[in-house]
Amino acid sequence: MSSGEFISPDLMPAMPELILACGAMALLMLGVFRGDQSTRLVTLLSVGLMIVAGGFVLAQGDARVETFSGSFVVDAFSHYAKILILLGSSVILLMARDYQRRENMERFEFPVLVLLATLGMLMMVSANDLIALYMGLELQSLALYVIAAFKRDSERSTEAGLKYFVLGALASGILLYGASLIYGFAGTTNFTALASLMGAAETSIGLIFGLVFLAAGLAFKISAVPFHMWTPDVYEGAPTPVTALFASAPKVAAMALFIRVLMGPMPGLSGEWQQIIVFLSIASMVLGAVAAIGQSNIKRLMAYSSIGHMGFALVGLAAGTPEGIQGVLIYMAIYVAMNFGVFGCILAMRDKQGMLENINDLAGLGRTNPMMALALALLMFSLAGIPPLAGFFAKFYVFLAAIQAGLYALAVIGVLASVVGAFYYLRIIKIMYFDAPADAIEAPMSGELRLVVGASALFTLFFFLYPAPILSVAEHAATALF
Amino acid sequence: MIVQALAFYLFAAVTVAAAFMVIVARNPVHSVLFLILTFFNAAGLFVLIGAEFLAMILVVVYVGAVAVLFLFVVMMLDIDFVELRQGFLQYVPIGAVIGLILVAELILVIGANSAGDASAAGSALSSSFPPVSEVSNTDALGRLIYTEYAYLFEAAGMVLLVAMIGAIVLTLRQRPGVRKQNISAQVSRRREDGVELRDVKPGQGI
Amino acid sequence: MDALLLEYLPVLIFVGLALVIGIALMLAAFVLAENRPDPEKLSAYECGFEAFDDARKKFDVRFYLVAILFIIFDLEVAFLFPWAVALGDIGLYGFWSMMIFLGILTIGFVYEWKKGALEWE
Repeated sequence: MSSGEFISPDLMPAMPELILACGAMALLMLGVFRGDQSTRLVTLLSVGLMIVAGGFVLAQGDARVETFSGSFVVDAFSHYAKILILLGSSVILLMARDYQRRENMERFEFPVLVLLATLGMLMMVSANDLIALYMGLELQSLALYVIAAFKRDSERSTEAGLKYFVLGALASGILLYGASLIYGFAGTTNFTALASLMGAAETSIGLIFGLVFLAAGLAFKISAVPFHMWTPDVYEGAPTPVTALFASAPKVAAMALFIRVLMGPMPGLSGEWQQIIVFLSIASMVLGAVAAIGQSNIKRLMAYSSIGHMGFALVGLAAGTPEGIQGVLIYMAIYVAMNFGVFGCILAMRDKQGMLENINDLAGLGRTNPMMALALALLMFSLAGIPPLAGFFAKFYVFLAAIQAGLYALAVIGVLASVVGAFYYLRIIKIMYFDAPADAIEAPMSGELRLVVGASALFTLFFFLYPAPILSVAEHAATALF
Repeated sequence: MIVQALAFYLFAAVTVAAAFMVIVARNPVHSVLFLILTFFNAAGLFVLIGAEFLAMILVVVYVGAVAVLFLFVVMMLDIDFVELRQGFLQYVPIGAVIGLILVAELILVIGANSAGDASAAGSALSSSFPPVSEVSNTDALGRLIYTEYAYLFEAAGMVLLVAMIGAIVLTLRQRPGVRKQNISAQVSRRREDGVELRDVKPGQGI
Repeated sequence: MDALLLEYLPVLIFVGLALVIGIALMLAAFVLAENRPDPEKLSAYECGFEAFDDARKKFDVRFYLVAILFIIFDLEVAFLFPWAVALGDIGLYGFWSMMIFLGILTIGFVYEWKKGALEWE
């Protein structure tokens, strides 16, 4: 490069990201020139942009393409994760509209920030370089810190944002420390180059330390125990649509990044990282199951539930086989679908004063609002992993992969944890159907919420009839990494 | 050479000492001032290894701006620092344990490195890097950032954009009832708008 | 490497001189000056009221906003230096990548201008 023109890289693989980036800036300008009354328009246009970006993702071929000097990669795996992320963000933007109207949160920056966070997530999924990984992660995190504190007059929301920011910055620091150790010992940040390096040479202890720090930073982002401390407080304090977002798209992105980092440059080190993942997985499953029992706030309960579910998903990653990765991908898809429904119901929990978040406010819902109660009950059964609902299959595939990989203890602990965890899901169902009605929830659900909750409940109910499309797509995506 | 070594030990010693003072200083404003001293000495260390650009960035960005910002945050939080310190002793053991683990890891890593295991390092360095002897540090960075790493560079731009939006979203408030200067109205005002001539008869009001 | 460091030798000498002069002046004041301590000399005022409370009060958050917006543009300018130095070597592609970067930040600038974040009321 010391002389002559630099050859311009191929922009086509990054088309979805470019669309989101340019679109977000255009919408920012639209919003700032038209004022806050343009919020609904900006929201709809944001969803439209994500759909267009999703279309470009689908239009890309399955072949693995690298661009931008090898720091950006698209393959079947990234396509799968990107579609899931775009779906998650756009559905939640739609679900948030009603809440924003009622809670006086109608500011056009919200959809723009969600759009920018989504851009960061897509960059994470396509990262093929440690620097690209960090930039994507930071773009996503920074936007999420802001929207966690978006209700700036609410003390809880501000506290959530601040806690998330301080702990997130610490995790980023740990991750960077790990990345710099890896760079120092390998001399490159590119995943492809790292992979060939680790396959060839004997791995030095510095690389392993770097890997451990990197894994710790990523574990924070998926809120795996022991890096989960922020999750309950942030989930509880953040505005409910933001909590719904936290529980879906960023989790998918961080999990996909975790898989990419471990399977891409580090397969030679699988012996080393497998222990870490097994530990994270067991600790998350157990803590998610036990700590949720005492909760009375439903958002807090969902936080522990998400910790537990990340533990289950990690079981598949611990296996480290194509079947295991396929299991994780299926798990994430089903988890996101279930979350839409559950958070749709939480968003509908309100009375004349405002939002309700206590589990006991659901009492007697079976009589006052049978349809919502039925949907929520279905989703709870599915989260608990009761056959033949979708949640059961999600767990089934990861446990199957773990057993095939010889991780019997992990699978047994996982099954036990899911039995313990079933208790608190079933408790919600008991409260809804067998307790005397509390003050009735004023729940004329908005049209969008009704649609999302209905679709989510139907998906979990009928997944077993026709699972083939998701299975085959996930398998295709998983094999792209091997 | 001896000057170089002396300068290194001077900068390194002051860096470590100032960094230590950042955490033990009683007054948080003093902590920030020690932080600035740390940054300055770290910049000196960067110059010693030939990384001029990083040294200047450290001075311009960190010392100039980030430290000022720290000071603002310290002043804004209005925490009772005496009260904060009371919990400090409680956390000393766990902090010490974490510190010890990090030190042990560093020793392990450095020990492994000096044992001659670093053969892999550097082998993957791509040949596109310009040779160090020919170009200055700043020039070398410039040749890479805007071509090879343009993607990451633009991503940094997006991160800065998000930071701008975030700062404004979270802190900017329009206060109602504030009268602002409207310069164009001021300038376009004519004499006829403001002055009215009345003929006042003697002995009568208006 | 040595040639580079040699260019910095004046800076080092300057730092050393500054250190020596600073320390010498402080020491001189300590050693030579008359020293008659009196608690009244340290009190906030020798006449008038006692201080009511701590001088370190909470700042208005708007100072923070101005500071962070300054840092962002400070960083932007920091990127311009290597670009300007290497502009001859990086060609049109390098030129335009900086223009896009500046464009992104200009969008942010327009946003803050229109939002009124630069006004002090």
